[in-house]
Amino acid sequence: MDQLFVSLKQQFLDLSSRFLPESLLPWISMLISIAVIATIAPIIMMYFTWLERKVIARMQNRFGPNRAGKFGLLQPIADGIKMLTKEDIVPAGADRLAHFLAPVLAVIPALLVFAVLPFGRNMTAIDLNIGLLFFLAMSSIGTFAVFAGGWASRSKFSLLGAMRSVAQIISYEVPMVLAVVVVIMMTGTLSTNAIVEAQESLRWFVFTPWGFVGFLLFFIAGVAEVNRTPFDLPEGESEIVAGFHTEYSGMKFALFYMGEFLGAFAMAGLAATLFLGGWQGPLLPSWLWFLLKTYALVFVMIWFRGTFPRLRIDQLMNFAWKCLLPLSMINVGVAGLWLYLPAIIRWPLAIVILWTSAVWLTRLALPVQWERRTYQLAE
Amino acid sequence: MIPGQGLLKGLAVTLTNFVASYPWGQRLLKLIGINGISGMFTVEYPEQQVKPAERFRYFPFLVYDGTPDNLRCVACKICEQECPPQCIYIEMEKDEQGRPVKQHGRTLPKRFDIDVSVCMSCRICVDVCPFDAIEMDNDFELGAYDRFQSLVFEKDKLLKSAEYFAQIKPTEAAEVNARLAAKAKKTATDKPV
Repeated sequence: MDQLFVSLKQQFLDLSSRFLPESLLPWISMLISIAVIATIAPIIMMYFTWLERKVIARMQNRFGPNRAGKFGLLQPIADGIKMLTKEDIVPAGADRLAHFLAPVLAVIPALLVFAVLPFGRNMTAIDLNIGLLFFLAMSSIGTFAVFAGGWASRSKFSLLGAMRSVAQIISYEVPMVLAVVVVIMMTGTLSTNAIVEAQESLRWFVFTPWGFVGFLLFFIAGVAEVNRTPFDLPEGESEIVAGFHTEYSGMKFALFYMGEFLGAFAMAGLAATLFLGGWQGPLLPSWLWFLLKTYALVFVMIWFRGTFPRLRIDQLMNFAWKCLLPLSMINVGVAGLWLYLPAIIRWPLAIVILWTSAVWLTRLALPVQWERRTYQLAE
Repeated sequence: MIPGQGLLKGLAVTLTNFVASYPWGQRLLKLIGINGISGMFTVEYPEQQVKPAERFRYFPFLVYDGTPDNLRCVACKICEQECPPQCIYIEMEKDEQGRPVKQHGRTLPKRFDIDVSVCMSCRICVDVCPFDAIEMDNDFELGAYDRFQSLVFEKDKLLKSAEYFAQIKPTEAAEVNARLAAKAKKTATDKPV
């Protein structure tokens, strides 16, 4: 059961080896992986939207989509058909080529990151030894698409959204990468597979002080990285219509949407891989564990969206530079101490350092509260 | 103070609402001792229907007493004149010489059309009618498949009995009946003079 998909692929390869030359087999193996990812990704995206609408609706005491099919399960397909048949509009004076390329560019990196996600034991499409670096590099290319789309649309709203997106990603990339650094320090590798294997038998990194803080930092910064509420300033509906995709319609808009949702899913998957033990877990098959953890984090993302209002741009910057960044640096220091201290000292020490710094940093990052003015003469 | 305390509090609120939206969640919350979360608000409209409030109004209809030919309307065209979006069209019943035909002692409309797609449910026609011949209905499911023909309601479609009116809006109907009775009494006493 654990190796279900791996053995299926092997059987297919064995079958094709009967009437195909040996030299073609590695290519076919690659092709299968690519085909599976390219098929699974749209399905993941479609049912992510369904899940999001359902969960948010429940949080607001509504039912959500429940007309198309049982539990509204056909709703994403109906949406897809709607998107496909809608008119494709390019604004007058827009940079047509960039306007066309931006949505494509939004989806491709979101698909590429799936190559290094370990979906289960032996289920990483390519086990790159720089997998983590590849993931971080690819996931920030999405911003380029957002900016290209916003710039090419020749609309003030789009451009504002794009500018916000760039400012946001630059700010949140730093604490996110620093939060990942602790994992690299502990495992000494950038390969996602090796990181998961280092968290064997419930020694998940989230159960250590530095791992816990790193997980929170990574997840928060990750949510900001994929433009989800409360960090959805690039497309803040109430302020700038729809931000960078204001001028997009039909399938181009759907592609942006897809890139965004796939990015969110991949980010949840990476958080599960790095800190929650990836596919490690007792009893259940490994891929199921991975999906469970990832979907738990996806649920938390949706939960965030159902709860928090959008941040203001200055609050966003404050939070990243004054709170997340110093905390992630302190976390790196704590992880360094952890490596060289005996277990009796390192636990209380790490907890005390991280707790006090978290308390003080959040207090310092609070906006200045001016004292209430009293008008003595007026009385 | 825990950093992010307020955020956690907010998350707890949405989570309890999420849980409470399921029947098992309601029981679970009751078990832990969390009360006062209502759960689902949605009324699934075509299957479940909320009985409209008595004063809810949507579209006017013509009242008749007893039989459908005994209309209260005398085709005086006041409502046609007063209708703000001008969705009423009235033609009086006349004979060959162009004299108004009388039935049950009063004139009557030959045509009385109201366009559903234009009517804005303002109730001004009801207020201006001196004979209480037009009243507001609370039936709002008037959708049609074609845009022009079936959305213009003609006289036959607009006719509804006084009993129906008393049934959907008892309070208002009682007022109208009292007013009509007083009027009838006044005409009865005035006549001999």
